[in-house]
Amino acid sequence: MSQIPADLRYTKSHEWLRTLPDGSVEIGITDHAQQSLGDLVFVEVPEAGRRLATGDACAVVESVKAASDVYSPVAGEVTAGNPQLTSQPDLINRDPYGEGWILRLKPSGSGGAAETLDAAAYEAAIAAGG
Amino acid sequence: MGRRTPLHDLHVDAGARMVDFGGWDMPVGYGSQIEEHHAVRRDAGMFDVSHMCTVDLRGAGVRPLLQRLLANDVGRLTVPGKALYSCMLRPDGGVIDDLIACYLDEKWFRLVVNAGTADKDLAWIKEYAKQIGVAVVPRRDLAMIAVQGPNARPKATALLPEPARAGAAKLGVFFGAAFDEWFVSRTGYTGEDGFEVALPSESAAQFWQALAGAGVRPCGLGARDTLRLEAGMNLYGNDMDETVTPLESGLAWTVVLDGNRDFVGKEALTKQRAAGVARKLTGLLLLERGVLRQHQQAYSPAGEGEVTSGTFSPTLERSIGLGRLPAAAEGTLEVDIRGKRVPARLVRPPFVRNGKAKIDL
Repeated sequence: MSQIPADLRYTKSHEWLRTLPDGSVEIGITDHAQQSLGDLVFVEVPEAGRRLATGDACAVVESVKAASDVYSPVAGEVTAGNPQLTSQPDLINRDPYGEGWILRLKPSGSGGAAETLDAAAYEAAIAAGG
Repeated sequence: MGRRTPLHDLHVDAGARMVDFGGWDMPVGYGSQIEEHHAVRRDAGMFDVSHMCTVDLRGAGVRPLLQRLLANDVGRLTVPGKALYSCMLRPDGGVIDDLIACYLDEKWFRLVVNAGTADKDLAWIKEYAKQIGVAVVPRRDLAMIAVQGPNARPKATALLPEPARAGAAKLGVFFGAAFDEWFVSRTGYTGEDGFEVALPSESAAQFWQALAGAGVRPCGLGARDTLRLEAGMNLYGNDMDETVTPLESGLAWTVVLDGNRDFVGKEALTKQRAAGVARKLTGLLLLERGVLRQHQQAYSPAGEGEVTSGTFSPTLERSIGLGRLPAAAEGTLEVDIRGKRVPARLVRPPFVRNGKAKIDL
């Protein structure tokens, strides 16, 4: 069974979102997603300053098995990509909700946000085969 | 739901991720694919390969039958137990399957063919066998476990039935031997030393668990794929199929065109060789970040081609692949990876053998 922390928001495309104290948003991929992908071997993170619209492909996670895009669930400006992931892509396998975070962004407030799910709804979405 | 091997429930209990492979429910991995891969390169790993089909051919005409059916020449097998790798071809030279043929005696050869092609292979072989009076017996009563790695043979030998141990310990490379219903061959699909053991289905779970108890790590099809690709071995369906010949698939070394022997596909291959083989299968090493994958397009000064197999090599920590390219391609080329042209170098497989890198990075 995969971990689904109750204090995060989720997307149907298996990203998680954490709102930080300063109002910015941290984004990564879920435990379920990293399990499906298997051992990660490359991660491409966005550079600080890049402006993202909701639904933009903002990172690439590539495992032994497949490459997959990560989509930004909110519009905003990237404040950081996780610099650790370049040399240690397996941080996502080992700690998907912690050290394996992928990017942080400052929401622009306009452009809207994608529909996000709470933990229970995300668990149901996985169970339904999403 | 696909077909199940005798080890299916053990895989599920061990937490394996199961996938369809050639109509069979098979374990793709039990956890980290990279750790499984390293276990085989550094120590010992085991694979359930019971989906592969063992076929016994029995009758006085078995050697002439295989000399007609296979592009490699079983006339070269003169010592009982010796095996060879070959393609079986259509008249136009297209590859029906690749297989291992083992010579046991003048009335008995044993083949091991791929799971996804077993039915068409059997139908094809039977067509020729009936004309010559050879019995074709698929052995679906046998399971098969591949034990591979530098420590695989000693670990496995100790766990074989007592009457098989001394004989198995003496097997030379690419030799096999039958011990009652057990069959041990010193073959594999990883580039490491080891055995492939065919055994009665009802004995498979016990042997598997005994191997696990001896520290042999269960490995899935995912690791099997990265290991075989590092070893430069083709995968049927990826790197060759009925639309290409062995000469276009890096397998000219398995084709015996010289001499009077006539085999199915010989005429087509002889013509192709005389006209010049336009395409080749070559190894590829990606020079920047990213991973080569099947069906990516390759662009060389000599023309375009396609990646037929690609992966991340856990041993080299680089992406490697096989690709079908114009025969004149050499040096470096570019591969379209998700819309970006990434440089790659043509290299000669194998990439890795017996735990060691065989190419310059």
